[in-house]
Amino acid sequence: MLAWNTLGRPGWQSLRGRWRGLRAEARWGIAIGLEVALAALLFFVDHALGYAVLTLSAFYWIRRLPPMPWKLAAQAALVLVFLVFQPRSLGALLAIAFAVFWIPERLRVWALPVVAVVAAVFYPFYQTEMFTIPVFGVWPDVATGVVMIVFVMMAVGLNIVVGYAGLLDLGYVAFYATGAYTAAFFASQQFAGQRCPTPGVSIENCTVAAVPKHNFDLGAVGLVPGAGGIHVSGWLLLLLAGVITALFGIVIGLPTLRLRGDYLAIVTLGFGEILPQIARNGDNFFGTGVNLTNGPNGITPLDSIGFGNKLSGWTGGVLPSNFLTCCKANHLGHQFQSTDLFFWVAIVLLLITVFCSLRLQYSRLGRAWIAIREDETAAAAMGIPLMRTKTWAYASGAFFGGIAGAYYAIFKSATFPGDFFFNISVFILCMVILGGMGNIWGVIVGAAFLAYLDREGLANTGAWINSNVHVGHWHPNLEVPLYASGIYGLIILVVMLFRPEGLIPSRRRAAELHEGVHDEPLYDSTHAGTEA
Amino acid sequence: MAADASAPTLGTRFKRPTFIGGVGAVFVALLVALLIKEATVSPSQFGQTTLIGLTNGAVYALIALGYTLVYGILELINFAHGDVFMLGGMLAITIGTHVFGLHHGQGPVTVLIVFATLVLTMLACGSINATIEFIAYRPLRGAPRLAPLITAIGVSFIIQDIGLAWKGPNYVTAPDVFPHSQVFSVGGVDYQWNHLIVVIITVPVLLALLWLVQRTRQGKAMRATAQDKDAAAIMGINVNRTISFTFLIAGALAGAAGTLYALWATTVRFDQGFQLGLIAFTAAVLGGIGNLPGAVLGAVTIGLIQSWNEGLPWHMPGSDWTQSIVFSILILILVFRPEGLLGEKTPEGG
Repeated sequence: MLAWNTLGRPGWQSLRGRWRGLRAEARWGIAIGLEVALAALLFFVDHALGYAVLTLSAFYWIRRLPPMPWKLAAQAALVLVFLVFQPRSLGALLAIAFAVFWIPERLRVWALPVVAVVAAVFYPFYQTEMFTIPVFGVWPDVATGVVMIVFVMMAVGLNIVVGYAGLLDLGYVAFYATGAYTAAFFASQQFAGQRCPTPGVSIENCTVAAVPKHNFDLGAVGLVPGAGGIHVSGWLLLLLAGVITALFGIVIGLPTLRLRGDYLAIVTLGFGEILPQIARNGDNFFGTGVNLTNGPNGITPLDSIGFGNKLSGWTGGVLPSNFLTCCKANHLGHQFQSTDLFFWVAIVLLLITVFCSLRLQYSRLGRAWIAIREDETAAAAMGIPLMRTKTWAYASGAFFGGIAGAYYAIFKSATFPGDFFFNISVFILCMVILGGMGNIWGVIVGAAFLAYLDREGLANTGAWINSNVHVGHWHPNLEVPLYASGIYGLIILVVMLFRPEGLIPSRRRAAELHEGVHDEPLYDSTHAGTEA
Repeated sequence: MAADASAPTLGTRFKRPTFIGGVGAVFVALLVALLIKEATVSPSQFGQTTLIGLTNGAVYALIALGYTLVYGILELINFAHGDVFMLGGMLAITIGTHVFGLHHGQGPVTVLIVFATLVLTMLACGSINATIEFIAYRPLRGAPRLAPLITAIGVSFIIQDIGLAWKGPNYVTAPDVFPHSQVFSVGGVDYQWNHLIVVIITVPVLLALLWLVQRTRQGKAMRATAQDKDAAAIMGINVNRTISFTFLIAGALAGAAGTLYALWATTVRFDQGFQLGLIAFTAAVLGGIGNLPGAVLGAVTIGLIQSWNEGLPWHMPGSDWTQSIVFSILILILVFRPEGLLGEKTPEGG
């Protein structure tokens, strides 16, 4: 510490000063030289990585060129080089990126989301054509895309609780589980029961094969004839799961939300641990034989989602009757898959979620959340009903978590208690923190990236490290996905220490985190103990 | 800490005992009645489970004290504490077997080896805990109070994976060195030495801790820092060093607990620390967090509840539900009596 304070920092600062003193051209030259050297170095590790660094630095420097005509020419040249010699998809991507920056700044606010949505919608069509990302490997599968969007939805929901209202929720997985089990209860054969087809004979004395006892059908698709149980249409089910989860959030929230921040975190953690245990032990409650959740085997299969035969017929098959058995069509050189349909529906759900979240943010309720986050006492003094406002935050966060959980369960066609560990709560929290608490765009980016890492990225990265990194004859043999939770922990730690506002911060939240909320302490809190 | 004025307010505290207190009393009375019935029906089994519960409670107490010490001084729930405990267990196994060559049936020299392992593990875990504080909590001293809580979760996950990378995903087994001979056997109730040893080692550690906090200069500094950091700083107390010292002590307790647990249960796994840590945290909250005797009381209570639930043949949940019961207690205590069993919250930890 001593060395850092007296020697290290001035040396570093003088270096920075000398760098600033250089002429602009010299600085550019040195920087470009360093980048080329780095690219050359990386080229020996992995060719693609070297190219990627070159491309990125070219992208960066071209952006700094004077506008016309140099910039356009350089951009066109770069895109052309890629379209002809290198992966074409990368060229196309560059062209889009350059195009976005040509849009006037005033319109860019809208252009960026529109481009992102369009790119996402057409993703299944060009996914197989995409270039290979260095280190990370191929672009994520469409099925991974569905999971990514589901987790983005959950992160956006958690962002309402943690980011807007400042209530640390360590048990968000409980909402996810509630949504998933709601879907499982209302769209499977779980509650079919058994009865004897012979009238007046109990199931124990039955001599012929038993048939389902209960049967309730409300617009579900793809049912096996004669299957019992509750079968509600998938679309209704999503709404139902959201509402039930929101109610559950209120039930949890009402007694606990008056607790102080860290106690609340612990209570939510408690609920997050209890609920999966109920799911795990729910095949035989306390020996009573009541089978609610089918225990560790989970509930599977679930009904799929679809538009039914009537709607499908009216639209000439454009709207598929059942997502699982759909898709013989071949458009734009792409064979449709049921995952594609799930992917598009997920995008629609995400757009609804984002829209609601954005509208909520600056609504009267949203402003009340921010006020509570910044100073609860002052907010209460200004007449904000604390309990009601906090409960609304909980309910809205839970609503989206429930929908996401239900959709994920329908997509997987299964619900297992093993999916709802504490790790998932922290995983979703990590998404919110990495992206930037309170900023929905940051949360979306952070969540998509982390969900991708979880599904494919870590495995790919591990494979890359194992095959490309070696010292002499020594090769590492890492199972990177095994250490996923440690990696998330590290991300949380690093982000909270060095950039607590996240990658894409909300300006307001950043100010809170940097200026602090306490009074300035009298003792030196950061460079502590150096003189003692 | 002016920022958390929303804590349990005065008004509710005086109103509460009327209804909730009554319900709680009825509930507790029912449980006691059930216990008495159980004790009369099968006294030997009841005695057995009670003794195991006490031993459990002793280990939990060591961990719970670490939570309560840190909470008392920083108002921070140190999530990483349970994982430091787990790391302590692994360290103890490694030090004991690989450095001192500990194995089953060594005779009297075992005592010496176990003692040396205990001391070394306590030192190591204390340093680890103080380092964690230095890296992960100190830079966030002025930040919103949820910020260090979040980093604590991050650190907890990192330590778990350090344990995973070090010892792999399976149980690490320790040599079974504690004697299993009986201390006494009264009316079918057996008490074995391996349980008693845990208690024998725990009690002096607890007494030493109480002495340290209540009788020494350093303890006085800790209590002063817990009460008011700014005032303590004005009085010439090096606040940061005191906090570091507290983490050192807490880590050493976790190390002692880890050693005892590893040698007693003879298995440790990388993810055990988190679960046991949460149970111990519940114990600390139950006793009144920040309150040292409270933590011990809470730990013994939780230990008893756990072993009664798992060991008695009554019509009760059983081991599948232990986690849920512990967390239900945690939630109920936090919601209805956040100051814990021992009355008023005493942040000075004494």
